Parts: sequence; structure tokens; C-alpha cells
Amino acid sequence: MSAPTEIGPAPGAPVAPATPPRVRRPVVDFLVRRIALGVLTLVAGSILIFLATNALPGNVAQVVLGRDATPERLAALESSLGLDRPLVERYVSWLVGALHGDLGRSAVAMAQSAPETSVSVLIAGPLLNSSVLALIAAVLLIPLSLAVGVFAAVRAGRPSDHVLSYVTLAFGALPEFVLGTLLIVVFSSWLGLLPPVSLLGPSETPLSRPVGLVLPVLTLLGVAVAFSSRQVRAGMIRALRSEHVKTARLNGLAERRIRYRYGLRTSLATSVQSFAQSIQYLFGGIIVVEALFTYPGIGTALINAVLRRDVTQVQGIALLLAAAYIVINILADLVVLLVVPKLRTGAR
Amino acid sequence: MTAATTTAAVAGRSAHRRLPRFLRRREGALGAVLLALVLLVSFAGPFVAPHPLSRPVSFPGAPPSSAVLFGTDSLGRDVLSRVLFGGSSVLTLSLVSIALTYLVGVQLGVLAGLSRRAFVDPLIMRLVDLLITFPPLLLLLVLLSGAGEGFWVLVLGIALVLFPGVARVARSATAEVATTGYVEAATVRGERLPAIMYREVLPNIAPAILADLGVRFAAAVILAASVNFLGLGAQPPAADWGLMVSENRTVLATNVWAVALPALLLAVLTISVNLLADAYAHSLGRSDGRSR
Repeated sequence: MSAPTEIGPAPGAPVAPATPPRVRRPVVDFLVRRIALGVLTLVAGSILIFLATNALPGNVAQVVLGRDATPERLAALESSLGLDRPLVERYVSWLVGALHGDLGRSAVAMAQSAPETSVSVLIAGPLLNSSVLALIAAVLLIPLSLAVGVFAAVRAGRPSDHVLSYVTLAFGALPEFVLGTLLIVVFSSWLGLLPPVSLLGPSETPLSRPVGLVLPVLTLLGVAVAFSSRQVRAGMIRALRSEHVKTARLNGLAERRIRYRYGLRTSLATSVQSFAQSIQYLFGGIIVVEALFTYPGIGTALINAVLRRDVTQVQGIALLLAAAYIVINILADLVVLLVVPKLRTGAR
Repeated sequence: MTAATTTAAVAGRSAHRRLPRFLRRREGALGAVLLALVLLVSFAGPFVAPHPLSRPVSFPGAPPSSAVLFGTDSLGRDVLSRVLFGGSSVLTLSLVSIALTYLVGVQLGVLAGLSRRAFVDPLIMRLVDLLITFPPLLLLLVLLSGAGEGFWVLVLGIALVLFPGVARVARSATAEVATTGYVEAATVRGERLPAIMYREVLPNIAPAILADLGVRFAAAVILAASVNFLGLGAQPPAADWGLMVSENRTVLATNVWAVALPALLLAVLTISVNLLADAYAHSLGRSDGRSR
């Protein structure tokens, strides 16, 4: 009597023979389709990145070497960068190189006769540092958003909910660098607790100096949790108003059980989607946050490359970030599919 | 008769009742007041600034005193004066960008929803799908690295990042009205596509398109401020809130206000826009049912 009546076949029941064979492995079907689409998007994106970075008629070599470069040096740099070849040929060789893990050579590093000019090598370290930052933020994001969202949802309409709703709206509205700056003002200028910059020594890794991670992570979380917790709250309120929760209430189940077993569980579908959006947001947010804290990651590298017109490096980083973004997108949709059985069993 | 009584009743009540619905909500009113404040500071500020914009008035990073109310910046210039001058750049950039965003987004969306040529709709919408796949800031940075900086490049870049969302909304709203009698009648009358777009479709989808204007404007403000902060927008010696935040980091230890004051104003700006957007969404009934 206390358990809600099951409608349709139980989860483990054999699939009715009438179902067309196509729908039998919906998750595999979905994955194949999404991966194909993802590859297509990435190829289109790489064209977009390549065209946009080559939009300026002005020459990369000229910009990098400055106005008083000798024609000989210009020609030398141009031919070693392959800039004297036609656009399509350059694009194809760039893409083929990228598929082999070679993102070309940095024009700025070459002009400065730096010991290392390969973009892939130059951005490997920053990429690792950024992954650490993003991973910590992403791991903390989910429990925090759930906690704040559920807390607000079960108190919907009460003063604490109103206060939280204003706070999350304010935090979610701020540009990352504004929130980060205000955190720096409070935690390092006034309280003197945390360092305002997250520079690392040559032999240091982010994890060997965790104090430098606190403010960047807090900044990212401030914006992302504000967004996700609002979605969690809305989803939870919707779930708590649904018929099956009413039935559970009328059946006299304990409020705690109703809240988590019936409310939270149903609302997870919308929440997971908002987490995916938040994690995607982290990709954009991390660029500005790293620049603010001079954290030696991929975002700082990207900004520096843009400021110095280091086109090959911009292309490489943009391609990497775009690929990561697309992969996260597919993973997030996969998780949604696994969490929401309805999407798997329907004729989709 | 009912109309007359309603008018009389409304006139009899306080002026408060005559405000648009979303401004009567508490957060709407708060947002409107805060936004008005920021606009006042940005556009009237230059006329009341106590000191010249770019001449040093004291040593760099001087703390607040009676002569310089919020101290000086990294070059010894008056922080208050620069803040009073520094709002118009981010506001102008985001206003022009959002105007272009809607101009392009709405036209393309309506065109995609209406056009009878088979290639137009997929062509526009696949481009929109592609642009929406990438992180906005990444797209903007890639474009800036190729096309160089400058006001109009930024405007184009921000519009390029934001128009896909508008185009999607415009297209689905158009698809909804495309099969209604009045659009079909106009088609049968032999009216040309532009006439149908601007006289039949646009007035009817306007509410749907404008519903999330606030959210999109907030996004434009964030992008504009971030680009200025990153040093890719407004260039020194120009006064700009985002630029001030980054260039005055060096005097953080002696004068916090050089960084905190522009950051606070940007915070008030983005929060007020979001409050208004939120109140507007509630007034359209997109809430969880708590609104009146």
C-alpha cells in the first residue's frame, strides 16, 4: 500500500517483441549519433577557429617581429611558419598535425628564439594546471548546489528562501572578475588570509601550493553554484508539488523520506542538466579567473597569446577547449540519459 | 462601461499602481532604482567629476583623504573622477552590441522561420547551432586575436556570440505564427517576404522575443566588462571600470578603493539588470507560482 504503483513493465522486464530493433540499445544508439555529431561540430569549429584567427589581412610574422623587421627575417619566419602557402593547404596541414598531437609552432616563441617553440609542449603544463582547477570546482559544485537548492526549496516562500534567492541572484549576476576582485579585497586586503595571486614557482604544482587554489575555486563556485542551485530549487519545488509526492504525503510517509526519495530523486533530471551547463560555464569562466589570479593555466596562456597575436597558440588552445567542451556536452547528455529512465524507454 | 470603471479605479489608486507589472514587484523596483543610479553615475558623472581625468593629483595609490575621496590609482589620478568617467564605455559597448544582436538575430530567425526556399532555414540554423556549441568568451577571444581590437570589432564579436540565442527564439516564435490565418492570408494576397516579416510576423512575435532581453543584455554587459578587464577592449589612458580593476591591482595594498569602487559599480550594474530580468520573467508567469 505504501509503495507507489508501478505503471508499465518493471525495469528488469524483457522488452516487448513489438519494439523495433532500433530502440533496443538506445544508449548505444545515442552515443554513436552524438559522437558522430560531435566530430562534425569539431571539424566545423576548427574551420571557424582557423578562419577567425586568419581574418586579419595583416601578417602574423609582421606583427610578431614588429615594424622594423628586415625583409629577410620576415621571409625566414614566414616560410618556417608555412605562411607562404595557400590558406586551404595550411588549414589541412594544421588539422592533420592536430590529430597527431602537433599543434604547430608558436610564432612568438620562434621570434624570441625561445628553446621550446612547439605549441603542444608549451601548453601541456598550463593544461594540467587548469584541469586541476576545473576538476576541483566541478567536484565541489554538485554537492554544494544540491545542498543550497534543496535547502531553499523545502523552505520555499519563507524568509530564509527569500534571502537565499537574492544572494544567489546577486552572485550569479556578477562577472567572474568582479566577484573574484571583491573576494580578493575581503580575504587578502582586509583579512590578510589568502594570497591575491596564484603564481607558481618553476618546480611547484597547484596541489603543492593549495592555498593559491582557494580564491580561484571560490570565485568559480560563487557564480556556478548560484546558477545551479536556483535550477535545483525550481526542479525540487516542481517535484514536491507533483501528484506522487501528494500521494506519499497522504499515505503518511515520513517527510524526510518524501523529500529525498520522492522529491529529490525526481528533480535530479533537471538538476543534472543544470550541472552540465555549469560545468560548461566553467570553461569560459576559468579563462577570466585565471587571468585575474595570474594562475598559470590554459586561460592565462590564451589571454597572453591573444594579446601577443600568437595565432598558432590561440588556434591550438581554442581547438583544445572546443574539443573538451564538446566531450563534456556528450558526457552530460549521457548522464542525463542514464538518470532519467523515461528518455531511455521512449521511442526516441 | 467596464473599461471606463477600470480606468477610473486605476486613476483613483496611487501612482504606484500605474507602473508596469514587473516594476511593482519588490525586486523589479529595486533593480530599476539601482540601474537608474548606475546610469546616472555613468552619464552625468563626467559633469560632476572633482578632478581632471588623466592628471595626477597625488602620489600613486594614495589612500582616501578629504582632497581625494576614494584615493588615487596606480598613476596618482583621482579614483572617484575616473569612476565617474568610466561607466559610459562599458554601457555604450553593451548597448550597441545588444542592439546589433537583436537586429541580426531577429531578422535571421524570422527569415529562417518563413522562407520557402529549402536551403535558407537549414543554412541559418546550422550556423546558429555551431556558434552556440562554443563557450562565448572563447569565440570572442579567437575573433579578437584574428581581427584585432577596436570598438566595432568588439561590437561585432559580442553580437556574433549572442545572436544565435535570439535567432533560435525568433525562429520558433515565427514558426508558430507562420501557419496562422493572417500570415497565410498575406501570402495569398501576394505580399512580399519583407512585408510579411515586418508587418505581419514581427509585431506578433515581439513579446516572445523581448521576454529575455534582460538576460541577454546582462550577458552583453559581462562580456564587455570582461574584455575591458582583460585589456582587449578600452585601452589606457581611457577610464573604464573593467580596465581600472586590472590596472590598479598594483596599488591594492595601499588603496583598496582603486579596485573595489569600479568593481562594486559593475556589480550593481549587472545585479540590477538581473533583478529587472527576473521580475519581468515572473510577471510573464514564468515563475514557480509564487507571483501574484
